[in-house]
Amino acid sequence: MSTEKKTTKTRTVRIYFMGKAYDVPQGLTIMKALEYIGYRFIRGIGCRGGFCGACAVAYRLAGEYKLRTGLACQTTVEDGMYITLLPYSPMEKPRYNLEEMRGEAGYILKIFPEIARCVSCNSCTKACPQELEVMDAIQAILRNDIKRAADLIFDCISCGLCSLRCPAEIRHVYVFQLVRRLAGKYLLPKAKHLEERIKEIESGKFDAEIEKLMKASIDELKKLYMERDIEKA
Amino acid sequence: MSEGYPLELRKAIRVVEETREERLKKKYRRLTLEERDELVKKWHPDYRPDTKRELKVGPSRGAIVYNEVADLLEAWPIADPSKIDLSTIDYDVDILIIGGGGAAASAALWSLYSGIEPDNILIATKLRFGDANTVKAQGGIQAADRPVDSPVRHYLDTIGGGHFANKPELVRALVMDAPFIIKWLEDLGMMFDKTGEGEMIEYSGGGASRRRLHCARDYTGLEIMRVIRDEVLNKGINILEFSPAIELLTDPETGAVSGAVLWNLETSEYIIVRSKVTILATGGFGRLHLAGFPTTNHYGATADGIVLAYRVGANLRDLDSAQYHPTGVAYPEAILGELITEKCRSLGAQLVNVNGEQFIYELEPRDVVASAIIRECAEGRGVLTPTGVCGVWLDLPMIDMIRGPGTIKKNLPAMYRQFKRHGIDITEEPVLTYPTLHYQNGGIEINVYAQVLTPQGTPIPGLLAAGEVTGGVHGKNRLMGNSLLDILVFGRRAGMTAARIVKETSSKPKISFKHLEKYTAELEKINVPKTRKAPIILPDYRGNPDYRGKNPYLKILEITY
Repeated sequence: MSTEKKTTKTRTVRIYFMGKAYDVPQGLTIMKALEYIGYRFIRGIGCRGGFCGACAVAYRLAGEYKLRTGLACQTTVEDGMYITLLPYSPMEKPRYNLEEMRGEAGYILKIFPEIARCVSCNSCTKACPQELEVMDAIQAILRNDIKRAADLIFDCISCGLCSLRCPAEIRHVYVFQLVRRLAGKYLLPKAKHLEERIKEIESGKFDAEIEKLMKASIDELKKLYMERDIEKA
Repeated sequence: MSEGYPLELRKAIRVVEETREERLKKKYRRLTLEERDELVKKWHPDYRPDTKRELKVGPSRGAIVYNEVADLLEAWPIADPSKIDLSTIDYDVDILIIGGGGAAASAALWSLYSGIEPDNILIATKLRFGDANTVKAQGGIQAADRPVDSPVRHYLDTIGGGHFANKPELVRALVMDAPFIIKWLEDLGMMFDKTGEGEMIEYSGGGASRRRLHCARDYTGLEIMRVIRDEVLNKGINILEFSPAIELLTDPETGAVSGAVLWNLETSEYIIVRSKVTILATGGFGRLHLAGFPTTNHYGATADGIVLAYRVGANLRDLDSAQYHPTGVAYPEAILGELITEKCRSLGAQLVNVNGEQFIYELEPRDVVASAIIRECAEGRGVLTPTGVCGVWLDLPMIDMIRGPGTIKKNLPAMYRQFKRHGIDITEEPVLTYPTLHYQNGGIEINVYAQVLTPQGTPIPGLLAAGEVTGGVHGKNRLMGNSLLDILVFGRRAGMTAARIVKETSSKPKISFKHLEKYTAELEKINVPKTRKAPIILPDYRGNPDYRGKNPYLKILEITY
């Protein structure tokens, strides 16, 4: 970057990583704080931007009994924070053939019967770092409203924190994966314009024009490029 | 749980608010090609004389590449042939796929569809399967499937955006396969944004002349990855996680690539894989922090693939150009360099300097917009954060004003969430941005079958590549929405080619480190220090959580076996 860092002294906060105390600069995420301490991550790290769900953490704040959850790459350290990493939520991925299914709850319950054990305690929702309505989604499946369930948990990043907290031992990560795919395949209408275009391509409609562009000189291409009309955003 | 913008930035935001009403009526004019050229040459890091150098070894000797890339290509192998026993093969498969993202998953599925048994396919990943830039791609995937659009337009947009340096036959493959790829994803159950009638809701991206971006909210890449990953798992394809490749293996008689040495990150064991075909789908180089820039890339993006391919004779192209995404996070510090999707600008958000003025049409190609932002900051029209990072405003609240309240929360939930965690409400406040290292435009040269080519243009037997690790598809600059397309189009082509080669190959190849003899002799000649090794596998941020300034990250992950 173009400018020098100011020389103001950084304030530090004290964190307890798996019980051990460290003083780290204020304002860092938990992930950067642990790197500052000297950890070189292999597990519990992925995209570093809140999309991959690899870096789930559990923590308590000083003086509080409440167990909080979050993502190490998105949560800023606070003074008196007790932290542990939860890089994996143990569960087997069931195998299925989507072609043999429909967008109905019965297919989901057959693979994941534990959904019916949901006691609506809402622990899953409270644990979700994405602030999704996890319990509502499970209940929507039970009401056979697959589309609504899929919409509610579309932003799921599969961190597994809900599954670790769930007293009914639901494997949310894989349940929701199936829910989304069933909704996408069977409950959203197909794009007709897409099929039309594929037919056109297969019939060779654009071949000659593309061939012409491939053979054009750079100057010709530049001219065509600048003269092309641009659709309103 | 931060309290949002500090006072000095709040003051600066007032200027943005005061000029918003007036700006809503105005579009900044598009630049001519000459003006674009002048802007980019003056301000883009690709044109800074201190960022690059000539390669001194290997098949593309003489090519100009970024210093950090040259450091890894002019480096000793991690694998010491005298210490690795090749007599015991741990995995003997038809197809080895190296990489954990969309290109790898696409290649695996299309090998399978082309008749290879799942047991004969092995995917080796560095971190988890799915830990890749794919899941971070928010904006969308391009495909010319509306009646007002055509693959011909898509071709012209892509070539123009790439400064006419793209490889034409690869671009044709990209644009002609595109609608088919979208259909494949739809059939697999991807939840695209659609109208009630099923019509795709499509947005414009920088440098595109039609609305052509297919989205799944602002989690498009994540949705693609989780769908195709789920399908790979359903099919029972073998996956070896936390096992990056550290060297390819070659048949000493034919020179064909015949497998790889993997390294189990958790037990520090070497894993020997023999394969008839190897597909490199290792992604790009963001974590090398070229020119000292922060990056949007995932933790494992350390250019391993180009290092491995180069040692077996691959030609490298366009590695003198890198894509800096115009809008990386400049504040808050905790998420410095993370991506602010271009979709914000597609939806109408303008770029504004410290004086509340627009200074560029926001949907110019990425290198043009990035250059304009760098210029504003260099010439004193940027905004300084308390820690001295410079940026310009991206006026997000405009989106809801143009497209109606609720648009941001509905279309940009990932962004809304990310800033809310730091006390910033993007429906009310603009965000501060500065370019961030985003994409490896160039890489290993391939043909339309995804075969890796030598500088003479002949395929290296047994080696294919797909996705960001390759070069030629995007020329010197990639358009938004063309990378998600690239990984699936060329992943598919790699999978199909691999299956064809497997069917034509009856005997098992031999494995050796023969290719290293010539390469290490060259390294010896130019006196590369023995401590410089590659691939580095992961960046090293220990003790230094700040990405700016000098580059201390190129330190290999130590092997203690």
